[in-house]
Amino acid sequence: MASETLTHLQALEAESIHILRETAAETERPVMLYSMGKDSGVLLHLAKKAFLPAKQPFTLLHVDTTWKFRDMYAMRDAAAAAHNLVVYRNPDAVERGVNPFDHGSETHTQVWKTEGLRRALTEYGFDAAIGGARRDEEKSRAKERVFSLRSAHQRWDPKNQRPELWSLYNTKKRPGESFRVFPLSNWTELDVWQYIEAENIPIIPLYLSAERKVVQRSGAWIMVDDERMRLEPGETPQVKRVRFRTLGCYPLSGAVESDAASVADIIREILSSRASERQGRLIDSDTPSSMEKKKQEGYF
Amino acid sequence: MAEKTLLRLVACGSVDDGKSTLIGRLLYDLGSIPDDTLEALERDSKTAGTRGGELDFALLVDGLMAEREQGITIDVAYRYFATETRKFIVADGPGHTQYTRNMATAASNADVAVLLIDARKGVLTQTRRHAFIASLMGVKQVVLAITKMDLIGYARERYDEIVADFVELAGALDLPRLAAIPVSGVSGDNVATRSAATPWYDGPTLIELLESAEPRESDRADKPLRMAVQSVVRPDQDFRGFAGRLSSGAAKPGDAVRILPSGRTAKIARIVTADGDLERAVAGQSVTLTLDHEVDCSRGDVIAAADAPCEIADQFQASIIWMSDTPLYPGRRYTMKIGAAQANATITEIRHAFDIDTFQQTPAKQLEPNAIGVCNISLDRDIPFDPFEQNRETGGFILIDQDTNETAGAGLIHFALRRAHNVHWQALEIDRDAHAAIKAQRPAILWFTGLSGAGKSTIANLVEKRLVSLGRHTVLLDGDNIRHGLNRDLGFTQADRVENIRRVAEVAKLMADAGLIVLVAFISPFRAERELARSLAKDGEFFEVFVDVPLAVAEERDAKGLYKKARAGQLKNFTGIDSPYEAPEHAEIHIDAAITSPADAAEAIVAKIAERIAR
Repeated sequence: MASETLTHLQALEAESIHILRETAAETERPVMLYSMGKDSGVLLHLAKKAFLPAKQPFTLLHVDTTWKFRDMYAMRDAAAAAHNLVVYRNPDAVERGVNPFDHGSETHTQVWKTEGLRRALTEYGFDAAIGGARRDEEKSRAKERVFSLRSAHQRWDPKNQRPELWSLYNTKKRPGESFRVFPLSNWTELDVWQYIEAENIPIIPLYLSAERKVVQRSGAWIMVDDERMRLEPGETPQVKRVRFRTLGCYPLSGAVESDAASVADIIREILSSRASERQGRLIDSDTPSSMEKKKQEGYF
Repeated sequence: MAEKTLLRLVACGSVDDGKSTLIGRLLYDLGSIPDDTLEALERDSKTAGTRGGELDFALLVDGLMAEREQGITIDVAYRYFATETRKFIVADGPGHTQYTRNMATAASNADVAVLLIDARKGVLTQTRRHAFIASLMGVKQVVLAITKMDLIGYARERYDEIVADFVELAGALDLPRLAAIPVSGVSGDNVATRSAATPWYDGPTLIELLESAEPRESDRADKPLRMAVQSVVRPDQDFRGFAGRLSSGAAKPGDAVRILPSGRTAKIARIVTADGDLERAVAGQSVTLTLDHEVDCSRGDVIAAADAPCEIADQFQASIIWMSDTPLYPGRRYTMKIGAAQANATITEIRHAFDIDTFQQTPAKQLEPNAIGVCNISLDRDIPFDPFEQNRETGGFILIDQDTNETAGAGLIHFALRRAHNVHWQALEIDRDAHAAIKAQRPAILWFTGLSGAGKSTIANLVEKRLVSLGRHTVLLDGDNIRHGLNRDLGFTQADRVENIRRVAEVAKLMADAGLIVLVAFISPFRAERELARSLAKDGEFFEVFVDVPLAVAEERDAKGLYKKARAGQLKNFTGIDSPYEAPEHAEIHIDAAITSPADAAEAIVAKIAERIAR
């Protein structure tokens, strides 16, 4: 190391590794939520670093909605080959055939993701769920703790959060209660991409610009990823050079027009563009303060 | 491009001094606000803004629904922005409610405090409080941002006057590194660009100031090595490493280290990371160390420089910032977390509290929520530490309420009250088992709890008579009687009640050590004290006996006429009336005293403990 002061990426990495090690040491059945996205990729990379030469001790959990991009499923199956990975689909959603077209984005997300996650954590008895959420993503996340307590009903009480001083995390809980742990709390989108570039972390190709079949909907480009995509009257798929800044269910993930074909391009694009990352997510803008409500109910 | 440094700020100010606006302005000027957020801001500014439709930057940062509705900020929020050379993390604490708790939390990791003063109002009580807490938390570098300069016509005299007021204040608080700057969040004066409206100010802009500020403890890599061991990494027989983050100093293979608190020494063999073994690791890095030979070392231990180790002690003087809604009482037990270590901690004495408006010391018997005091604290084991002044990671701790699990307070260790190596338990030749053996019994503690008038003393008396008739050796500690002697200096405030029970719990333990079956009949209204009593006893020896009657029944009995007095307001802090009773959740013995006669209750209790006390 050239100087005695860490760079911002080194400092963030060291802090996240510290958090992951605390989680492993102080909880009984931790699980790492795996969504195949860039933040998940960074988390998995950090977990490897935190425990080496031992194996990273977390089970991975993918709360599936059956509506992710095909590329994401390919990435997940690759991860499953190397890790202990649990795929959970809310049986209630399976039975009702919940989908974004008939039920709307709000119900779709609520049943598959929020309730699905809640049920998965309860059924497997996980007492700490590690997620890649960052405080810069959305205003209500700016006040989220690193170790965020959830009631036995998986609810978040934003008015009753434990103060976190220095690097000390209060991990005490009663039976049934659990934690959501956010090791990337202090990272920004730019930090994540710079780290991916510096560490050569594999990412899903959807983040990179390519010609894709899309339709315009609510001001966003929605990709026609498989034959289940329902087109509205007057919609005709067209081919555009687009990429995704965040990934979720493909009918709900908006692409942006972009020529960024490499991680370096993405970083340049972020530095020059200012469109915020969650813009492509149709679910955040359903109702005012909808992210805060979802979080209270147990969404990540 | 990725080679930036990291600087953490705490932003503090009073209500309406424009803090959110200034932070919003910083984010805006540095291009940290994305286009769609900006569009939403334009929209919101017209509907919810307070600037007549102009961009209202405060709306950018007031995150939670409740806050936006009420126009207040209720919790610490974190913001991020970056310049070419630095990434900044801003901890943004609200100025009014819970300010001590939030400000201390926000300041805990800060390198620099940005303290806002409304130019129209000058130095306020709030300013004094924030400066005090920044200083207490060791944030010695303060940027004084005098805001709303536009509203006083950029008057230099007023600015100079405020700065002079603050310099005087800072002198009393040991805030040696002070910079002041006239700004306006609304119009952006001197935030990112020098303002034409303040030609008399020739200092740097706010952003320039923050870019050049030195990180706190920038010399920490030059201090002695400290690494709290988070875990022992043991993937196979051949590898045994100790994972942790260096809080100070540097490490290289061959360095001699000392494992604390055991004091054993070894040499660093390897510094293992995923990027290959390091030749050298410095403060702030997370690494895994291996040692040249096998030594006992586990989570919570500290690996320190062999020739400059931490101190080890079990009693300290510390400043405590109280955060719980329940006051801090001396005698109550909390879990202390420091580094990766935990211990049971009891505040043995509150030396004094601070009046944080005047910085004067004031006497205190308890610490109220958001109060700060200097306390003596005693642990049940030795821990390695450094004074907070030297290292906040090895000198800062939190206290956790053992009943509610909340983070009840934070503390800063000043010094050890006695060195651990001077203290030894006196080894006793006649041990507790010998005492019990000559009485042909095994000791037990029967802890009767319940409302006044529930029948605790009556039942305890019957149980004792029955035990004596069976040839057992007993003693009965009765609340009223003890208050005439051992505890006659104590009243009925919550703090005194806690101490009352603590003493009785200790006496009960001593008597059990003497081999006796101890009966304790005390209202003992607080769960935490009963748990303390339980924790002092040996496993299986403690029986909590809940003498359970509805308040109405106890009040109707009113054998001592106390309820009548309490209802008439002649008795303060009476349990059940104006002081709470926390019913046991898992009592070993539950007596429904509304329908059970004292004799039947006594019989049931004796039957329940018969096996335990037999030898």
